[in-house]
Amino acid sequence: MAEELKRLSILERLGYERIEGFSEERKVGILISLLALMIVAAAIAISLGVYEISVIDVYNITLAHLSPLGDTSAVNRLYDTIVWELRVPRILLAITVGVALATSGAVFQGCFRNPLVEPYILGVSSGAAFGASLGIVYPQFFLSIQVSAFVFGSVAVALAYILARTRDETPIVTLILAGVIIGSVFSALVSIMKYISNDSALREIVFWLMGGFYYASWKDVALVSPVVIASFLVLWFFGWKLNILSMGDEEARTLGVSPEKYKFLLISIATLITSLAVSTVGIIAWVGLMMPHAARLLLGPDHRFVVPAAAMLGGTYLIVCDTLARTLTSAEIPVGIITSILGAPYLFYLLRTRGRAIFG
Amino acid sequence: MLRVRDLHFSYGKKPVFEGVSFEVEEGELCGLFGPNGCGKTTLFKCCLKFLKFHRGSVVMNGIDITDHRIEKMAKLVAYVPQEHKPPFPYLVKEVVLMGRTPHLRGVFGIGRKDKERALNALEVLDIGHLADQPYNQLSGGQRQMVLMARAIAQDTKIMFLDEPTSALDFSNQIRIWEIMRRVAEEGVTILACSHDPNHVSWFCNKVVVMNRNGIVAEGAPHHVITEQVLDEIYQGVCTVRSLGGTRMVMPKVVADKESDEISIESRVGMRRAAAVR
Repeated sequence: MAEELKRLSILERLGYERIEGFSEERKVGILISLLALMIVAAAIAISLGVYEISVIDVYNITLAHLSPLGDTSAVNRLYDTIVWELRVPRILLAITVGVALATSGAVFQGCFRNPLVEPYILGVSSGAAFGASLGIVYPQFFLSIQVSAFVFGSVAVALAYILARTRDETPIVTLILAGVIIGSVFSALVSIMKYISNDSALREIVFWLMGGFYYASWKDVALVSPVVIASFLVLWFFGWKLNILSMGDEEARTLGVSPEKYKFLLISIATLITSLAVSTVGIIAWVGLMMPHAARLLLGPDHRFVVPAAAMLGGTYLIVCDTLARTLTSAEIPVGIITSILGAPYLFYLLRTRGRAIFG
Repeated sequence: MLRVRDLHFSYGKKPVFEGVSFEVEEGELCGLFGPNGCGKTTLFKCCLKFLKFHRGSVVMNGIDITDHRIEKMAKLVAYVPQEHKPPFPYLVKEVVLMGRTPHLRGVFGIGRKDKERALNALEVLDIGHLADQPYNQLSGGQRQMVLMARAIAQDTKIMFLDEPTSALDFSNQIRIWEIMRRVAEEGVTILACSHDPNHVSWFCNKVVVMNRNGIVAEGAPHHVITEQVLDEIYQGVCTVRSLGGTRMVMPKVVADKESDEISIESRVGMRRAAAVR
């Protein structure tokens, strides 16, 4: 009881006001526990791996790096490399990608007023896949696979948006159709690349398409995480506006939220982080579709809560899937396969049990 | 408060209305009345800047709406659409709270006052018991009441209501009209379209009658809802009677049958009376 009072007073000092009938403390509590869950999952994941290192060693190494007084020279060099250079950046990247995909999934579903939309609907994934395969087949022409994937992923969405725009308006149905069209064009282009590539390049393209964190490094984390975190905060900030947008264009207008302006802004940011995530780790399905559903199930449809909850669930989910991917067998399984195999039954379960509540 | 001048609008080449003009004074409850497909909703959408009209002007609160920014418009005018269904199961209180959006400021935005206003609006309509139910699982009539509450929570000087009573039961229809009258008495200007000639003639201060050629009549209800005007838009379907001093619009068929029955009854009655004697 005393603890609850203390928590409330902290919130109130931050500008939060409570009123009978609008119980948001419970939702804030759930958000905090989701954050805790993600941290716990990350902590467990560090200590798991094919190469056996004792839990105590793992935490000694992590603490040595994290605390300013820590001394890293005292620890075993091999252990240090495995934990600090391989596992930690990999887990951080998994969190980042999970946050990016789940957040943009929630934003896309809100903007498109459709709970079955995922962040790849406007062709990001096919565009990025084409970019990546270009980079793989013609390494001499492209800076890196990642840059080329990012550029083509963004180009695909921009094309879809331009195609769909008529007389200063972007009707949702046209936009989705344009996304499907652009997506299929780029898929065909990917097939061409597969057709003309040699065996090793083909193998690499196929692996890229299945997605995975095999090459995660601190460089990736440093590049992707700040952008994703900043974008996530911006999108969270617009949570209430997203509620209004999801009521439809005319409603949004009468409530003073310009649908054209805000949809463009939100979709652009969501595309940016999706594109970054895809270009770094390949195509990972289901996270962007499923996590917003799970968040809505826990907290209701208010996007001020759905966006952060989906983000943390996405991070947690990818930590779990990636840990399975690297520990289940001695060879790595592409994480995209695991997210799909675990995700499909979950969505099926949702449809059969809670379908009405979620889909109306 | 609301002045529409010489408004022209067409979808592509098909004109919807040409040269529509009317005025609504501050605190007036004005009914917009006309047959299906005559462009009432389109007129609303032009006034609310959902559609761009080709010629004419709409002036609200002394300012031409083409100069109004969308955020400013939302503080001035609220809109109750014909009922619709959002894809996500927002709770009723959340939907009503959305009405406060134009007034929100700061990072945390939604403060105690906004939440109180939302709950008050629910109480005004006497639907506080629905507050915690998912909006998209309510009946059509209940959803209309919720949208009305949202418009009240929006706290604007002008309200546009597109057939606010179309899905309501009899008692709720009357309740909504009563509430609109109360809101108008507090100084809010209301334009509501309706298909019931009796409702507009009983409850409105002013009625604007429209058909496919534009405005047919405009003025106080007893001047406007007359057999002559109704004949012009409904081609001889209605008749206007007076019932204990209150004007009633009735279908001619019913009115004729009624008078037949009355005469039959009275004849039967007379015969009985004669028999008793």
